[in-house]
Amino acid sequence: MELRLANVTKRYGTGAAVDGIDLTFASGRTTALLGPSGCGKSTVLRLLVALVSPDAGEITIDGRPLAAEDIEALRRRVGYVIQDGGLFPHLTAAENVTLMARHLRWDPARAAKRLDELAALTRFPTDALARYPNELSGGQVQRVAIMRALLLDPEMLLLDEPLSALDPLVRTELRDDLRAIFRSFAKTVIVVTHDVGEAAHLADVVVLMRAGRVVQQGPMATLASAPADPFVTAFLATGNGGLAAAAETRR
Amino acid sequence: MNRTLRGALLAGLVGAAAGCQASGRPVVVASKSFTESVILGEMVAALVRGAGVPVEHRRQLGGTEVVFRALETGAVDVYPEYTGTLTKEILRKEVADRPLADVLAAHGLRATKPLGFDNSYALAMTEARAAALGIRRVSDLAAHPELRLVFSNEVMNRGDGWPGLRARYGLHHEARGMDHDLAYRAIASGGADVTDVYTTDPEIHAYKLRVLEDDRHFFATYEALLVYRADLAARAPAAVAAFERLEGRLDNPTMIGLNERTKMAGVAESEVAIDFVAANVSDKAIGAPRQHPLSSIAARAGEHSALVLLSLLAAIALAVPLGIIAARLPRLGRYVVGAAGLLQTIPSLALLVLLIPLLGIGSPPVIAALFLYGLLPIVRNTHAGLVGIPEPLEISARALGLPPRARLRLVELPLALPYIVAGIKTSAVIAVGTATVGALVGAGGFGQPILTGIRLNDFGLILQGAVPAALMAVGLEALLGAVEKRVVPRGLRPPDQAR
Repeated sequence: MELRLANVTKRYGTGAAVDGIDLTFASGRTTALLGPSGCGKSTVLRLLVALVSPDAGEITIDGRPLAAEDIEALRRRVGYVIQDGGLFPHLTAAENVTLMARHLRWDPARAAKRLDELAALTRFPTDALARYPNELSGGQVQRVAIMRALLLDPEMLLLDEPLSALDPLVRTELRDDLRAIFRSFAKTVIVVTHDVGEAAHLADVVVLMRAGRVVQQGPMATLASAPADPFVTAFLATGNGGLAAAAETRR
Repeated sequence: MNRTLRGALLAGLVGAAAGCQASGRPVVVASKSFTESVILGEMVAALVRGAGVPVEHRRQLGGTEVVFRALETGAVDVYPEYTGTLTKEILRKEVADRPLADVLAAHGLRATKPLGFDNSYALAMTEARAAALGIRRVSDLAAHPELRLVFSNEVMNRGDGWPGLRARYGLHHEARGMDHDLAYRAIASGGADVTDVYTTDPEIHAYKLRVLEDDRHFFATYEALLVYRADLAARAPAAVAAFERLEGRLDNPTMIGLNERTKMAGVAESEVAIDFVAANVSDKAIGAPRQHPLSSIAARAGEHSALVLLSLLAAIALAVPLGIIAARLPRLGRYVVGAAGLLQTIPSLALLVLLIPLLGIGSPPVIAALFLYGLLPIVRNTHAGLVGIPEPLEISARALGLPPRARLRLVELPLALPYIVAGIKTSAVIAVGTATVGALVGAGGFGQPILTGIRLNDFGLILQGAVPAALMAVGLEALLGAVEKRVVPRGLRPPDQAR
């Protein structure tokens, strides 16, 4: 599966959140969308699952333009985890994960089996599956949200700032787990982050954005060694405990 | 309402009534909401029953407007009325150039000959106060503009009541409207000085009142008679023959005595009626079957819960979808919520009177009114619950690939459920309280003992209606609270109640 944004622009009010962007996400790799807050990286994710539609340009899926009737099918092929997880408070962890299975009338045994697989994959404690979201820790919420996004075995997984709401210790642990998860299921992953260290740790390829445009894309090492712009060097410097990153985390 | 439409509706209702009687509908006697009318209604019922005709008495069905409308539409077959009320109020425009009997015939109605007594209006004040001020005649009132006047609500507004009286006598007093029986209590307690009385009221003696002479002959005569549907003569001639035997049998002292037995001595109307009829009119008359107080409370509870539950279920069935539509289509939604709010501002009595021509008397108009009142809290809460769903949850539900209807069923309605249940609770409590006015149009319920209690100045009887109504409201709220506990998942409750 190949998703492509071709010369896409999306405006909110007067400003352009995404400004004539050209990006292709091909299978098998983990891409980090990196940049300061408000640079348009979350909007890119929302465009990819058609939660917002472009004002100009085109989104293509496997080379064909995305049609309105394909949107629900697309969303089932692309798992999307919003910031803070977006778990439904009226459902337990297990019910959150298997919501789509109920909608699609899966056999309960099949849903239970899939739930076990996902809990193992995300290292989620099975005894916490019966808990409601307000009884889970921040790290557990993210894991449940990822399990829910992976239920239908999508070809692509989109994560919006999966680590931003966590305290440092949990954050490091989940970051390492995320890397293991991405490796083990070997599919296309796009992670939105403002943290250079996270991007370097999780992603094969980094797309650095600024003010709705792509500044440079490539492996982190290339960005560091051959920056396309002084902004690249300046932004990568925030990764070493720079004040900008710290300030942004507290946003 | 326009005349043709009204005619068509009436024809429909009459047709429906005719259809009913073919299947053996009993003769329906009605009475207005005061003791004398109830006693006369009981007499008619006892005589008809004695003639072997099935009969039903809708006691204290309502005021003149309600009962006459019910007679016209065929929901009622016969009730006691007064000549003055017919000629001065109900049929005032029509009797100007035609005899009363012709006008009644044009309405499909007939009247018996007068029963014998004249229950006219008069003004009265306490003997002590009247003596102190030297007031004997109504015209003497003009010299005392400081006197406080209270009138029963009918007299307050009718052409042959206070407006005409004040013009005839040139009075400039302020007057307030009040329930007739409460007005007596206001006079007795010194809260008011002058009130209207009916000349057969036993209170005139009991409260030591001086009836003021109507020196300018304003008040019309109010001879009692029975008005009945013309078709009754063909349908149940034995019934008509039976109640016609009351003609000329009741003079003023007799009627005052009968009223006194109920109002002052606390004897039930049915007993007063059968005693009189059996001794003076017909030894074949059969009194109303006696009811145990507990079984009557149970009957009231049954009527009351039926009113509340039927209207509440109907309100839920319409209001939840309306709330969903309002949340989906914000522009239309404003009008939906606004219209439901507007309905709530209509006073319950006014709404009932508006509904009577459409739905007749008894429980249908009351259920319809409670249903309309119940809409707003549920519509508003459903709307608020759906609109208040946090955006990230909406986005998550859409991003999963759930189609709109599944989102509504699996995510949005469950999240809005606590609000919806709260709205239902509000509607339920409103319905229990408002259903008490149902007694004014013959729907029974706990309003019935309250109404009778006010009429008979029987505090115990008022409590017999008020206490169970309050208990029902509290109980229903507790029941819905338990339902809420079951249907609202733990994750949606505040954390301190979560476990």
